[in-house]
Amino acid sequence: MSLGSVPLKYKISIDRDQCMKCMRCVDNCSYGVYRIEDDKILIDSRRCTACHRCISMCPRDAISLKEKPVDYRSHPLWTAQAREDIINQARTGKIILAGMGNAMDYPIIFDRLVLDACQVTNPSIDPLREPMELRTYLGKKPAKLEFTKSDKGDIELKTELSPNLKLDTPLMIGHMSYGAISLNAQLSLAKAVAKTGTFMGTGEGGMHESLYPYQSNMIVQVASGRFGVDINYLERGAAIEIKIGQGAKPGIGGHLPGEKVCSDVSCTRMIPLGSDAISPAPHHDIYSIEDLAQLVRSLKEATEWKKPIFVKIAAVHNVAAIAAGIARSSADAVVIDGFRGGTGAAPKVFRDNVGIPIEAAIAAVDKKLNDQGIRNEVSVIASGGIRNSADLAKSIALGADAVYIGTASLIALGCRVCGNCYRGLCPWGIATQQPDLVNRIDTDVGSQHVANLIHAWTLELSELMGAAGINSIESLRGNRERLRGYMLDEGMLKVLNVDPVGA
Amino acid sequence: MTIDANGMHYTPLNKMIRQAVASGVREIVIDNVLGQRFIANGLRSNVRITINGVPGGDLGMFMSGPECIVRGDSEHAPGNTMDNGTIVIHGSAGDAVAHSMRGGRVFVRGDIGYRGGIHMKEYDQKRPVLAVGGTTHAFLGEYMAGGIIIVLGIGHEVAVKDRGIGSGIHGGEIILRGDIEDRLLGVGARKVIFTEDDLNRLSPLITEFCERIEVDPSQFLDTNYTRIIPASSRPFAGKYTWE
Repeated sequence: MSLGSVPLKYKISIDRDQCMKCMRCVDNCSYGVYRIEDDKILIDSRRCTACHRCISMCPRDAISLKEKPVDYRSHPLWTAQAREDIINQARTGKIILAGMGNAMDYPIIFDRLVLDACQVTNPSIDPLREPMELRTYLGKKPAKLEFTKSDKGDIELKTELSPNLKLDTPLMIGHMSYGAISLNAQLSLAKAVAKTGTFMGTGEGGMHESLYPYQSNMIVQVASGRFGVDINYLERGAAIEIKIGQGAKPGIGGHLPGEKVCSDVSCTRMIPLGSDAISPAPHHDIYSIEDLAQLVRSLKEATEWKKPIFVKIAAVHNVAAIAAGIARSSADAVVIDGFRGGTGAAPKVFRDNVGIPIEAAIAAVDKKLNDQGIRNEVSVIASGGIRNSADLAKSIALGADAVYIGTASLIALGCRVCGNCYRGLCPWGIATQQPDLVNRIDTDVGSQHVANLIHAWTLELSELMGAAGINSIESLRGNRERLRGYMLDEGMLKVLNVDPVGA
Repeated sequence: MTIDANGMHYTPLNKMIRQAVASGVREIVIDNVLGQRFIANGLRSNVRITINGVPGGDLGMFMSGPECIVRGDSEHAPGNTMDNGTIVIHGSAGDAVAHSMRGGRVFVRGDIGYRGGIHMKEYDQKRPVLAVGGTTHAFLGEYMAGGIIIVLGIGHEVAVKDRGIGSGIHGGEIILRGDIEDRLLGVGARKVIFTEDDLNRLSPLITEFCERIEVDPSQFLDTNYTRIIPASSRPFAGKYTWE
């Protein structure tokens, strides 16, 4: 018995009057939607992923795309997605794999928080005229400072300071590994962070040698698979991040399929060509908070206590208590990845259902660390669904020291969030290792786009701060007085420690 | 050079080792070691370090080149993510020995705990070896992606009697003395016959190991072993369907 086909996801059509048969759509589509027969461009809409590559390359705007061109009988519970997932699993008996972040229609807390501005009683500040201090230091801050006075009367700092990362803007690019994304995508991001005085993560796939010139702007990651990790790699990084979890798939490991392990990926990860790269769910040398402290200190000892160590966790129910444990492990920063965090591939059931929103996680962690008097022990880095400078400003006001962006930086490279990263055919040259596709990214142009984005958000952040009469990022950090909740329930307001609008 | 580690914290101890290595010392003896972690972490050298006592966790983690000889037992995860060099433990060791090791050798005369050789990997010329004289607990060679594990089972009826051997193994091989019950194999592990060819290939390694742990190798140079290899190099292929 056949279940038949499900309706098309997208319907592509070409305005034949506009089309000049330049064939750019045929050349650009890596999914094989277009083909030529008898001098006519034929369309197979079923292969379309809505990546918009053809649309963006069409010189005559002749291509249009319609989502869900076929209606189901409408039903509030049995959505088209619910029905189609069941059909898929009835056919295959397998776990559904999906790309990009959480695709469920949960309310977005950021959009229900509003920022403050000065009127009359306190003056706003014009960032064009006044200096705006956005410099951010990530790492441990001393609880107190001690000084000594020399015989000549000079004052010298006696307290030994921990290594910190110095950022020109509280915005970094998160960890996307070589393997998950292409080398040209990584190179574009690396050049952009070097240009803008900030940092990016290598992800867990090691560091390709062509990134060495940018290593002082890179945070190297150590995940459960330990791919590409040796002492040289650790010493190259400006900081080291232990990845415990990821917002898109809390509690489970990662798995780079063998077909993506080409010779360059194989040599960077230090694994055989074509073999699966499996990251187990836990680090098998970390089964407790004490074991985490051991790995943190082991990394510090190996690099002679010169590098800050970050620990990244997914935002889960008990995120605040977990972060407090991490703060006591000698780690210098805790990275919290909310449930909207992106991914190249995750089981859909995890991506859409496990974890909590980053907004609540930041507030809960900041409060817990403050209550325990250890907020200075760790910096808090937030990630997972930061879309614009407003989300950045709100994250900092909720208590984050800085944020990581991922998806946003890929959109600056062309990504249209089609969510098919796991297929390795990304027509934008981002989530693929196919040389012809990877070469579509010109790293000089790509890096300029990413640098523009960072620059624009930084400008907007200064404007928002100036309008609120704040001239230093420290004065915005954890400053709930600058936030109000709009249409948030009392429980949520309490967690966020924010008053409702009008209060 | 001799260091008395009595009551010393691991950071000054490692600092002394690094300074000695930097000044050209190639032979270090550390006495009275009692739980100091991270000895020789990330050290790049051909120095030989003799450790008298019981080192703490992560002995030789990220180490690239040195030889560490432990006259005593060793705690959790010696040889963790080790790159190159040798660790010889003339006693027993804790859990996760040789975790994610990518090169070099870890030789343990006695027994090891759970998850020995977990996620060991290999690349190019680098093929790590974990050899154990005694026995091991469960999940030996779990997620193994490369390298060789050898367990001789000296003083034990069978080399390994705990479950989960090679669960999720997708590269490398596990060589166990004698026969091993099928029920002890983890998901994705497959038992094959240990052949004369295997013996010829591995004899130098078995001999070297025996000599390092000071036992007579001749009694181990036969084909009375079980060889465990991956059932597939793609254990998770076929688990997923696209959205």
